[in-house]
Amino acid sequence: MRLDQRLIAQMIEPRTRVLDIGSGDGSLIDHLFRSRGCDARGIELNMQLVTRSVAHGLPVMHGDADHDLAHYPDHAFDYVVLQRTLQAVENPREVLRQMLRIGRHAIVSFPNFGHWQLRLKLLFSGRMPMTAVWHTPWYETPNIHPCTIRDFLELCRQDGYIVEQWMAVDEEGERAPWRRSIRLANLFGEQALFLLRRRGA
Amino acid sequence: MNSTTPLAVGDHPHIRIDEGLDLDCGVHLAPIDVAYCTYGTLSARRDNAILICHAFTGDQYVAEQHPLTGKPGWWSSMVGPGKPIDTDRFFVICSNVLGGCMGTTGPRSVRTDSDGDGQELWGTAFPPITIRDMVRAQYKLVRALGIDRLFAVIGGSMGGMQVLEWTVTYPHMMLAAMPIATAPFHSAQNIAFNEVGRQAIIADPDWLAGRYWQAGVVPARGLAVARMMAHITYLSEEALTRKFGRRVRRGPNQGSAPEGPVSLFGDIFEVESYLRYQGSSFVRRFDANSYLTITRAMDWFDIAADHDGEMRAAFIGTPVRFCVVSFSSDWLFPTSSARVLLRALNQAAANVSFVEIETDKGHDAFLLEEPGFDRTVRGFLCGVAEHAGLN
Repeated sequence: MRLDQRLIAQMIEPRTRVLDIGSGDGSLIDHLFRSRGCDARGIELNMQLVTRSVAHGLPVMHGDADHDLAHYPDHAFDYVVLQRTLQAVENPREVLRQMLRIGRHAIVSFPNFGHWQLRLKLLFSGRMPMTAVWHTPWYETPNIHPCTIRDFLELCRQDGYIVEQWMAVDEEGERAPWRRSIRLANLFGEQALFLLRRRGA
Repeated sequence: MNSTTPLAVGDHPHIRIDEGLDLDCGVHLAPIDVAYCTYGTLSARRDNAILICHAFTGDQYVAEQHPLTGKPGWWSSMVGPGKPIDTDRFFVICSNVLGGCMGTTGPRSVRTDSDGDGQELWGTAFPPITIRDMVRAQYKLVRALGIDRLFAVIGGSMGGMQVLEWTVTYPHMMLAAMPIATAPFHSAQNIAFNEVGRQAIIADPDWLAGRYWQAGVVPARGLAVARMMAHITYLSEEALTRKFGRRVRRGPNQGSAPEGPVSLFGDIFEVESYLRYQGSSFVRRFDANSYLTITRAMDWFDIAADHDGEMRAAFIGTPVRFCVVSFSSDWLFPTSSARVLLRALNQAAANVSFVEIETDKGHDAFLLEEPGFDRTVRGFLCGVAEHAGLN
């Protein structure tokens, strides 16, 4: 399991209901079931990964964040997790809204487009930045909605979501030491991780 | 085909349920026989039983040589020692459906109710039945075997309809359900195909208004045509092309096709020859009135109908773990119809796995060896066992 998945798992209370959107090979839900006793389920777009997960006994269904969340009833889960995918969905604002409708909490991670390397590359080369995190050229990237940590916080403010925890981490998922300052985190964090809840939830 | 003799009734292992069943149509049918096979051993805690529901023209001979056809069981690739549904671990039950013709009470059974004198067969007087009636009969069998809760109920096609009906009618009777290559209701297209099959049977002069058994004949041609047409719907264009293409079987062999319509040129395409074989072998094992009764039961199947048209209402609060499987080239029960079911299950926040298996083999893929499908079945059952602490 990736280190940032470990950080996500630490945000989740034991024996809760969890929906992991983009569950990949299922390692997070497997971990949540085995070590935290959670009722953890997954949605995954890649059919090979779905088959692999189900063949490992994990409750995973084929589907995607943009189209399949609308069917779930309100408050069906305690946590709805979206890992490194928000920037790639068709409608990030709606996906976030659905996550906080069907779950009490949303856990969202995304690559931070405010990272200093990206800023410098764009400034000096005048071309779309390519880094270890943003490694696909503009014409074939799935990341159609890049945002920075500050952009994301602004959306949370607009839509009335409460940020319970946030952290900036580097690509390997090590927690980075910029917890006090959002501006510094936005400059030095490669990946951002947020635990949100709805106002009044 | 006309020379086919009436089906040998044969003796299939069964239990008699004296109190019978209250059918959806209002008729009380008693007594009933339920013919079944079992594989493996029921554990001391009686918690390892898997019920397999067979498809329309299947039967209870899942994993052993068929007593009439001599062929291997219809799911022997899936069920057996060390197989995905592992009989070293699970106790597997499969019964012939109500209305069937392999030992369970159906149109070919002797009529033993108050209107019958014990000599007549039911024939077309057999009451109309539903998928739920089939499931009620299976429930009686399961209880009679001393099982309070099944580990899983599994089935494909019409078997999948029974699985869904189980989860709705007896949701606390199982831990897990695998509806495979199926749909939560029979589509207009599928009803239409069934109707063509029925009309082919009824149009056969040997059907004799459903009393063919009195004259010692069977409506073999009508039943074979029904089967040939249905068989096309079980395959896919790719599979037919791959298997037969446009290859022609030359004249001399043509004589071996029993009384088929003579080709204009004395030759037939291989695909024709294949379908004729499917048709003629089918009439030796299947009863025409059963065909009519069971296709009608499928047509009436609609999970939402009993819940004021709201499918999700059928599943709200369900404790069952679902694993829905569809096949990419299945156009009879396409993935889109599985997604209708999935939407309702998600609306009910049910615990669902869903896999679409990539294959060109069409609807029949669930009966054939598909590595991804086998892994899915095996893994899902292991996962359920682990969650239930049954290891």
